[in-house]
Amino acid sequence: MSAGLPILRLGDILISGLLSDLDDTTALRFTDELTTRIADEGIRGVILDISQLEIIDSFVARVLMQLAATGRLLGARMVVAGMRPAVAITLSELGLRLTGVQTALNAEQAMELLGWRRPEEAPHAS
Amino acid sequence: MHGSEEVTVRDLLSRIFGADQENLIDEWVRWHPAEPSARLGEAGLRREAAELLGALREALGTGLPLSQVTERDEAVRSALRGLSERRARAGATPSATAMAIAALKRAMLAALERHTDDPAVRYQASLQVNQLLDAAGVFTFSVYVEGREEIIRRQHQQMLELSTPVVRLWRHVLAVPLIGTLDSARTQIVMSSLLEAIQAHEARVAIIDITGVSTVDTAVAQHLLQTVSAVRLMGAECLISGVRPSIAQTITQLGIDLSHIVTRSSLADALATAMELLGDRTGAVTG
Repeated sequence: MSAGLPILRLGDILISGLLSDLDDTTALRFTDELTTRIADEGIRGVILDISQLEIIDSFVARVLMQLAATGRLLGARMVVAGMRPAVAITLSELGLRLTGVQTALNAEQAMELLGWRRPEEAPHAS
Repeated sequence: MHGSEEVTVRDLLSRIFGADQENLIDEWVRWHPAEPSARLGEAGLRREAAELLGALREALGTGLPLSQVTERDEAVRSALRGLSERRARAGATPSATAMAIAALKRAMLAALERHTDDPAVRYQASLQVNQLLDAAGVFTFSVYVEGREEIIRRQHQQMLELSTPVVRLWRHVLAVPLIGTLDSARTQIVMSSLLEAIQAHEARVAIIDITGVSTVDTAVAQHLLQTVSAVRLMGAECLISGVRPSIAQTITQLGIDLSHIVTRSSLADALATAMELLGDRTGAVTG
């Protein structure tokens, strides 16, 4: 069953995002859908945009860590992109660590982390 | 105190404040502590005294109990406030300001002696004068302290704002030179301005330079660690530079674990490391 969150595919990379009202059921379904697609489609990288999240509590932090760990087991790197400054401050003050989760400033930098390059920078672009 | 005596005392005091005002002011100026009066000038002192005595006389007319005049009468309060603030600005010590009020008390007590022979009335009146001017002295003192507190608060705020500039060293490289002490309030400000700047400049490396930080203890280290982890959560790398030998020794002696943070002794070294990090990344991208 779908979690209602769009998951896009670019080559061997999946792109998705979390919304602020993440509940248990949605998180579970989302993890399910994502892992299935990683396994079925031979995905190498996952980008999760969290710029819409205004709060990350221990629940969301755990979901992120579990997603990253599950992805790694299936051979995909997960990059969390676009964390807001206020969220980062709160997380570090609460001492919540996102162990095993890679972060990037925005989706573009996350793509670069996963080995994607801009067309104009590619050697044979022109 | 009986009602009739209260009225007598009030009458007497208001007579002194009114008719005898000139004498009172003369005596006050004579007994006024020397240090601030030299700067205020005698004319200034006289104006001040006239304003305060006028306000006191008005306050007597309102029927407010004398012990509450300083607390409740706005004109008296503003006269006292002005007196205290002028002295504070002129650089007088708070005790000199309190002494000025004491001098006024002395002048008033002398005037009481001139105006009545009745020992009972004189006693009651001097009790009242004491109450009134003691409260006034305390009030000037607290105004003085408030003024100072205000200055300290303002300077503290200015320091917070001044001391946390985020500078752009290179494309995608930011630096924050920290100066002074690092407490939780400053950490908050440094963190939020740094993270905002990282977002705005799409920075990949942030360098925190602690050359200007005088001491590093466990609390400061904790704050640094917090900042580094927040920067990493944003997806940028964070380096710490300006670790002096003595600070490196303190950190080791305190057993603070900074092993997962890249530290460099100078900002130049940190910038070189930042360039390497950027190079690695772009190298990986362009294949």
